[in-house]
Amino acid sequence: MKSRVILKVEFPHWIASLIKTENVIGIKAKEAGKFHFGKLRSSGELRLDYDVAVLPPKKYLQPPKEDLLSYNIASFKVTPSADFQPITIIGVHPYDMHGINQMDAVFSDENKDTNYLGRRKNVKIIGVDPVKASAWSFWHDMGTAYVDKGFDLWLTDIGDRYFIEIGTKSGENLLKPAKTESASKIDIERHKKARSGLKNICSPSRRIKTDIKKIPDIFRANHDHGLWEKRAKTCYSCGSCNLVCPTCYCFDVREDMELNLTGGRRVRVWDGCMLEEFARVGSGENFRKERSARFRHRFFRKMVYMKEKIGALACVGCGRCASACLPDIADPVTAINELSGLED
Amino acid sequence: MESLYLPRPARLNKILPLTATEKLFEVSFDDGKSLGHQPGQFVEVSVFGVGEAPISVSSSPTRSKRSFELAIRLVGNVTSALHNMKEGSRIGIRGPFGTHFPYKELEGRDLLFVAGGIGLVPARSFINYAIDNSKKYGKITILFGSKSPSERLFTNEMSEWREKAEFLETVDKADETWRGNVGVITTLFSKISINARKTACIIVGPPIMYKFVLMECKKKEIPDSNIFMSLERRMKCGVGKCGHCQMDGVYICQKGPVFRYSEIKEIAEAL
Repeated sequence: MKSRVILKVEFPHWIASLIKTENVIGIKAKEAGKFHFGKLRSSGELRLDYDVAVLPPKKYLQPPKEDLLSYNIASFKVTPSADFQPITIIGVHPYDMHGINQMDAVFSDENKDTNYLGRRKNVKIIGVDPVKASAWSFWHDMGTAYVDKGFDLWLTDIGDRYFIEIGTKSGENLLKPAKTESASKIDIERHKKARSGLKNICSPSRRIKTDIKKIPDIFRANHDHGLWEKRAKTCYSCGSCNLVCPTCYCFDVREDMELNLTGGRRVRVWDGCMLEEFARVGSGENFRKERSARFRHRFFRKMVYMKEKIGALACVGCGRCASACLPDIADPVTAINELSGLED
Repeated sequence: MESLYLPRPARLNKILPLTATEKLFEVSFDDGKSLGHQPGQFVEVSVFGVGEAPISVSSSPTRSKRSFELAIRLVGNVTSALHNMKEGSRIGIRGPFGTHFPYKELEGRDLLFVAGGIGLVPARSFINYAIDNSKKYGKITILFGSKSPSERLFTNEMSEWREKAEFLETVDKADETWRGNVGVITTLFSKISINARKTACIIVGPPIMYKFVLMECKKKEIPDSNIFMSLERRMKCGVGKCGHCQMDGVYICQKGPVFRYSEIKEIAEAL
């Protein structure tokens, strides 16, 4: 992969010039020490030293609500939506990049989802290696501290400058207004060192005690383990764990009629398998009525089914579910360790 | 690349009441093209402004190329909107989706259909296919169970089924008009004799029915690999994305709705 470096004193000028030419989304500070991805208005807003974003960047690829079709029931004219604005997202962490790569696989698998893919084609990603980690994160042990595809540019903080890996031609174009230099031997050394230090950023208390390759088998063997029932007892079925997960992509489809009752849109909205209605059919039969069955299903999707479907564990170790869960039952670290028989 | 979610414009040519809660809709596409379905598949029916619902195709492809039939029970928003529509009304159709009954593989076999309630709707697509291709199959037996006499479906086709197949019927609860069998569908098994090694069993019915019918199949010694069933789930998108129809890791809209029993018996959420 080609690389360049940019001095930190030059960096804000580059971002400022990108804001002029591109629709830039960046990682920004929010209330109470939290961070989120939002429209970047000035380079000063960008906070590449963040720990984790409240919501993963999936909201730009599969928006919480998006049009699938627009229609007029009088003329019976139906038009698929195809309004995909180009955006550039700055500050994606490796575990979230893994999440996006998994979504790419799911939506381009067999039946190509033109909405997702149309949007994805118009999204450029500038990723960054983390310098901090939230207290809940455990990506150091989920194999998601490094990523080698999906991004256009990738930044690594190496002291007074950023090391930039160039992933694509459009990434290279994004660098045109930047005052970059070729990477020196020392830069390459520092980059290597920063990379190898990534695994020490998450808290040592957040260790997965088993070999992650064994996770699907461990879960399969514990389909009837008491943990599901025990934890689900206090589950609110609120779906927060679904909402914040970078690999949850299930959706519902709804109608959005205009007041004139002739024009309307068919929209898709985020849905979650923890919600009580998720598997209920028209006749009233609910195929996943029990909270514990829904709770287990979500874990199995992350740890078993997606591994079978796309070859990767769908838990990327961001820790968002654990941090969002009010009754504190969603933490994958304690679940994996308990099912492995390795919980302290 | 066309959107996965774009329905094809279609019309309701004919609407016939079947019971107080079920109607039969004959549907054809505006462009005159055939649906091109195989027995056991389903479509997503769109009523714009109301929504979309997965509906099994009830007609056999042998009966009409230009149109297909959907038998629909009034249960939710989309189905009640359909029940309120008149002949000539416009709807949207996506599909056909999903797997079909293995009608080729089963050539030469005896067929035992076990249909409960509106399970007869998808089963009918294969029943009529088999009757229209009777030379290719051995003995055809149809067991049909309804909750009550007023809920019996396709009563006008039963004389044909009686003539061309062995057709047995029962109701869970009789009324003063009913002279036939009374009892759950499994009670019909004692009235039939089958050649277990030659028979393929096709089961479609409400979720509760499967376990009990499977026990009867076991008694009759029909191998699990010769039992086929169509499973109901919330097939919202029909294209393996939305997640609602998942049964463990299996997307029913893609790998089903028709399954071979031996292939799903280890799946915890299947039955």
